[in-house]
Amino acid sequence: MSNVNIIEELAGVRLGSPLAQTLLARVDIMKLSQASYDAIIRPREPGGLSHAERSALAARMARQNADETLAEHYMGKLQEACADPKLNEPILPGEVANYGKRLNAIVRHMDLLTREPKEATRADITALKDAGISEPDIVRLSELAAFVNYQVRVIAGLKMLKGMLG
Amino acid sequence: MKTVHEFTTELPRWSPYITPVKLSEATPEQLDAMKVTPSNKSVSDYVLVLAHDPESLAQRSPLFNAIMYGNDGLSRAERELGAVGASVVNRCVYCAAVHASRYNQLTKQTDVVERIFQNGANAKLEKHEQAIFDFAVKLSQTPPAITADDIVNLRAIGLSELEIVDLVLSTAIFGWANRLMHTLGEPVKAAS
Repeated sequence: MSNVNIIEELAGVRLGSPLAQTLLARVDIMKLSQASYDAIIRPREPGGLSHAERSALAARMARQNADETLAEHYMGKLQEACADPKLNEPILPGEVANYGKRLNAIVRHMDLLTREPKEATRADITALKDAGISEPDIVRLSELAAFVNYQVRVIAGLKMLKGMLG
Repeated sequence: MKTVHEFTTELPRWSPYITPVKLSEATPEQLDAMKVTPSNKSVSDYVLVLAHDPESLAQRSPLFNAIMYGNDGLSRAERELGAVGASVVNRCVYCAAVHASRYNQLTKQTDVVERIFQNGANAKLEKHEQAIFDFAVKLSQTPPAITADDIVNLRAIGLSELEIVDLVLSTAIFGWANRLMHTLGEPVKAAS
């Protein structure tokens, strides 16, 4: 596990600031959030979902949540992961048809989980299975979407608090 | 099996769309992530489904517990209200049932949950509960829709900075939990 804490870094929490002081009381939660990031964005066992694909999808989900700083962070991780050249650009809405059957299905599902999770049904899982995605990979994808949407909201909340506390 | 579509405090059963890991075939890493020990072999289908990705499960479970059941800071009931706000936006009927029930147990009242289940994200509540619920609902939108005014409202009902951090966390962790529970399976009427 690394010592950096990406959530605090990207929320712009300055060392020694009032919010940084407050967060000292939640250092366990910040550490577990970072450990979750490591386990989901760059896992030891990525299964059928490479580190590059994870970062590309995370960047797309961050952008859909209007968090450009987080999106840029993941684009940086994508470049580090020496991506498939096709994934070197963020996967933008409307370009879904260009990625082949497997990735189309994945992108469609990530969009659903990010924007309208309430609309998800059994048919959406069936569609992933039909695109040849294994059950363990469906769970990995779900954790990825779920985690990024958690991270976006912690950062959004801390940024807003920082604006008031300094 | 009858799928439960409406919000309820009557606890449904969770029925997975993904084949749960078989406990007898689980790897040591999966057993460890599921916290299976010789004295604790009861594992829910939900955890058995998540065990397909043991690396993330091993971190998420302690994170969830630290956020929801930590000692100081925001009250247990108010954390549950954050969880309910997220679960209403994401329409996770199972999560809403579990956490609305806990809220009712902790507060020994049912009025707040009844209003939320009736009117969803637009529910009208007393000032204190309204500020907390509205914050959770707005933070749960995509993109998150909280404004400085929402923080002002939380300060106005007496929440400290740390308590607001706890509300952010308890709402956000349901942005995570809802996206698993509601999308990898469905709530079905429990056998009576």
